[in-house]
Amino acid sequence: MPQLADLEKGQSIGHRTVELSRADLIRYAAASGDHNPIHWNDRFATEVGLDGVIAHGMLTMGVSVELVAQWAGDPAKVVDYQTRFTKPVPVPEPPHGSPETPTAQLEVSGKVGKLDAEAKTARIDLTVELASGEQRDKVLTKAQAVVVLD
Amino acid sequence: MSINTAREGHTYPAITYQVGREAVREFSIAVKAEHPAHHNLEAAADLGHQDLLAPPTFGVVISQRAEAAVVADPEAGIDFSRVVHADERFVHHHPITAGETLNAATTLERIRLMGAGAMVTTVTEITHDGDPRATVTSTLLVRTDEGDD
Repeated sequence: MPQLADLEKGQSIGHRTVELSRADLIRYAAASGDHNPIHWNDRFATEVGLDGVIAHGMLTMGVSVELVAQWAGDPAKVVDYQTRFTKPVPVPEPPHGSPETPTAQLEVSGKVGKLDAEAKTARIDLTVELASGEQRDKVLTKAQAVVVLD
Repeated sequence: MSINTAREGHTYPAITYQVGREAVREFSIAVKAEHPAHHNLEAAADLGHQDLLAPPTFGVVISQRAEAAVVADPEAGIDFSRVVHADERFVHHHPITAGETLNAATTLERIRLMGAGAMVTTVTEITHDGDPRATVTSTLLVRTDEGDD
């Protein structure tokens, strides 16, 4: 487990690639109780002005913090976690094959944003981008997780 | 329907939510949370948790149920049929683990009218036997749909 004394502001805690499929959105809807059809029905999503089905913002937020939880060694050390949702994450229907086929890719990386020796906390600032080809679009801003450390 | 900003500060009756082991496992799978403390009792116990540990954003499962009172409140006058999630925050006062029966009460914290919409912030306090467990703050951008279309 990381020790506060060993950390420096700006230090990387690593990165993680998260792939999302239509099946992932259905699983999140079921597990969270958020059954808004913009997350599973293209016709409905289009009717409310989207280009198609998008991921739950809370799914993007949820998958992104795993990098911090693994780094901290105990997910309960994440005592504060917040974000703003800036861009939707489209998850198109795959052209063929299983709905488990990923059609969106998130690149998550984190670095130490702030250290508080008195409170024994490190604030990890996350960068969460939607990757398509060479293009990277930030989908979360001010994604910050405060971790309690020894 | 017209938004009633005088409803700011109103706290709705608390709901009860029992944290189930399988609910924790299913949610963990859904958010790809692979840490063993979410799935395996021994791994959770090794870290000092009394049962399976809920992932950092599990509180949304509970807070969304409590927030339903705002959606259903005719006095608030907020049309939630077209919303965009603006931001979310979880402050954990104590870890949430399986087997607990929790209470959650939502306060309609702030309504900021802007153009054809409003920013609506709710704060949900999740407690166990009166002790704070988590504070979930959620801001939604809602359309008021008055005058346009």
